[in-house]
Amino acid sequence: MKKRLISFLLMTVLTMTALSACAGGTGESSEDNSSTEATTSTESGANTTQDAEPVYGGSVVVGIQQDIDSLDPHKATAAGTTEILFNIFEGLVKPDENGNLINAIASDYTISEDGLVYTFTLRDGVKFHNGNEVTAEDVKYSLDRVSGLLDGTPLVSTLSVITDVAILDEKTVQVTVDSPNPELIYSFTAAIIPAGSGEDENAAPIGTGPFSFVSYVPQEGIVLAKNTEYWQEGLPYLDEVTFKIISNVDTAMLDIKGGSVDVCPYLTDSQANELAGEFNIVSAPSNVVQALFLNCAKGPLADERVRQAICYALDKDAINEFVTGGNGVPISSAMLPTLEEYYVDLNEMYGNTANIEMAKQLLTEAGYPDGFDLEITVPSNYDVHVETTEVVAEQLKLAGINVTINPVEWGVWLEETYKGRKYEGTICGITSDMTPGYLLNRFVSDSKKNFVNFNSEKFDETYAKAQECLTLEEKAVYYRELQHILCEEAGSAFIQVPPITIAMNKNLAGYKFYPIYVQDMSTVYWVNQ
Amino acid sequence: MKYICKKIITLIMTLFLVSAAAFLAFQVIPGDVVTSILGTEATPEMEELLREELGLNDPPVERYMNWVSGVLKGDLGVSYRYSKSMNERMPVAELIGDKLPVTLWLAFYSLILIIVISIPLGVLWARSKNHYLDAALNVISQTAMAVPAFFLGILVTYLFGIILKCFTPGGYVSYREDFAGFMHYLLFPAISIAIPKIAMTARFLRNSMLTEMRSDYVRTAYSKGCTNRRVMYAHVLRNALMPVVTFLGMIIAETIAGSIVVEQVFGLPGVGRLLISSISTRDFPVVEILVLYITSVVIIVYALIDILYRMIDPRISSK
Repeated sequence: MKKRLISFLLMTVLTMTALSACAGGTGESSEDNSSTEATTSTESGANTTQDAEPVYGGSVVVGIQQDIDSLDPHKATAAGTTEILFNIFEGLVKPDENGNLINAIASDYTISEDGLVYTFTLRDGVKFHNGNEVTAEDVKYSLDRVSGLLDGTPLVSTLSVITDVAILDEKTVQVTVDSPNPELIYSFTAAIIPAGSGEDENAAPIGTGPFSFVSYVPQEGIVLAKNTEYWQEGLPYLDEVTFKIISNVDTAMLDIKGGSVDVCPYLTDSQANELAGEFNIVSAPSNVVQALFLNCAKGPLADERVRQAICYALDKDAINEFVTGGNGVPISSAMLPTLEEYYVDLNEMYGNTANIEMAKQLLTEAGYPDGFDLEITVPSNYDVHVETTEVVAEQLKLAGINVTINPVEWGVWLEETYKGRKYEGTICGITSDMTPGYLLNRFVSDSKKNFVNFNSEKFDETYAKAQECLTLEEKAVYYRELQHILCEEAGSAFIQVPPITIAMNKNLAGYKFYPIYVQDMSTVYWVNQ
Repeated sequence: MKYICKKIITLIMTLFLVSAAAFLAFQVIPGDVVTSILGTEATPEMEELLREELGLNDPPVERYMNWVSGVLKGDLGVSYRYSKSMNERMPVAELIGDKLPVTLWLAFYSLILIIVISIPLGVLWARSKNHYLDAALNVISQTAMAVPAFFLGILVTYLFGIILKCFTPGGYVSYREDFAGFMHYLLFPAISIAIPKIAMTARFLRNSMLTEMRSDYVRTAYSKGCTNRRVMYAHVLRNALMPVVTFLGMIIAETIAGSIVVEQVFGLPGVGRLLISSISTRDFPVVEILVLYITSVVIIVYALIDILYRMIDPRISSK
């Protein structure tokens, strides 16, 4: 029987390999597809693809590749879940498509000068999907729950600094925190849920978002219906949205061609090329930083010069061209270019094309004139990272670094590479939320998320200084410096921000890209024929 | 009666061993359910909370014993991965109960196709005096057997779905909503499962018949004046079907256990797909029950074939 289990596993692995081999095969032909690429680039960046007259009503099926991990907005962590729950739940504030915060359940808020007291005024007439108006009690309950005041376990770690949530009057809630942090406001996007619903056994997910929860069947999908009493006038357009779980990308391609799926996000470049013409292909930068993460505590990689040599040897432009169809944005440090006020362009430092001479020179200085062996671990379920690894392996070979590729299952990657830090190099993406310092925090030497074992006194000191700032403007100065240090000391070999590419039915419009992972369906509408 | 008792005891013993083996496998393989659910953005507090909630802080042996006693009491546990409502995890029994009809109907469907097509085809093939027909069937069956299941699935989808537009790829409708639509969609995965099996069964039947035709009783039958037709259907086919029944039994066991690859390709939410996703997310309670289900199916189907055999051929039980 165990044998049977093993053979099942083998079979999956074989299928996966075979399927990814198929995907790889189509990828090669993308080079001569310049005409389709041209249409892709003209459409990219535009948030609405057509200016035709919107029609109210209708339903849309969105293909998603991951199952839901929780229907509790405070406990869900997977990007694949939160991007859907975004349609059901809202916080006091919520992000807009430009990466700014807009008032949602709160109509206004003030922060005291010392940064310790937040006063939120609730918007009039915001109703939960069950018809009840949002009260100060609901807000208090939700904030108590996420901050751990309710049962001692904070569900949103940044909000654990909350020491008190007080109801001043029916429409005003005052939150006190124990240390000032100008970035904390980004965490008030945490969902507001009806008081008591977090402990109620049979509670359906009820929020205030543009769509209400209808049903969820594991492995099939989640169905949402229009919230007719949504506080934003005129939204949403659609009556029903179904997020349908698709088992793999190849099936997704057949599904969208066959018409059972209207919107298909997260396509690879080769898939997008295959669908171009029949569908609207739109792409925009994601909130993922893709890098060859280097274990700074391991062998030759402990030497800064070796890591810099790897940075020099990478040809980011070639990776972007081969893997992401030229839609990626090359980066050299851990900050999203979309966070414009904080980002600093450091691509000059190592250049976007390969500089083999510099790489070899640095390797010689470090005592590896003949190069060394490097094993790159890659989560095999991410086509884009696997393809990147193949390209990177060839690029590093030119500098004398002999790469072996080690593809692993996602669960194994999480356990051994990410948590266990047992790897030399790994190509993957780390996601950022809207908090500007979110990605930089990872490189502080004692951070639990510092899976690259980056250890720089200069970085730690500057990060500590940044934390003391009372305004975001002051912070920005330090954050720019941090990016510089990280790039200079080659904390990892940063590659690019890969694009999110989606294919949509030609009669759909209004899809908005966000600098974070969300599938906002409230603005999507069918076009009048 | 003694036979049935013996079989039941074997079943229980096997189930126990298999569940222990699966549990052991989950202890050995890398990957942790909590990390798999929470991903890279989790805080240690959240991990601890979930670990406690799932009872993963108990020692492994205790966890296994708890699980066994639960199953014996009829409580199949709750899934680690899937939720039923905001605060409740999906009970395994409900989860599998929901997926099982898909797999069972698919198995039933493909089995009908296999039997209805392969048996006449096998007979035709065995009787074909035409050299070209024989050669053609040979090539076709070889090809049908050699094509990997997922590729065949994609071919079927492409041909019937995209070109002929007989169905919408991925347009699966739940049996709970629209049974006719469900059965219509199921036809195409059933074809994908059936094609290689039809080729195998037909070939098997043909070889078996050709062997039987050379037997002494066939000559006797002819010499006592039976028509060709009667010899073929009353004597040869009946004897030739014996080994084919065993073979069909294996196919039944295989299809009821869940056609993992075909379910993946057609996006069918059956137990095969559930097994794969549960293994990759380390959803132990679901995997354990599915493994038990597959084991029981295999053992029970084989026992039934055994009993059937005794009924068809009295010589076996007298031995």
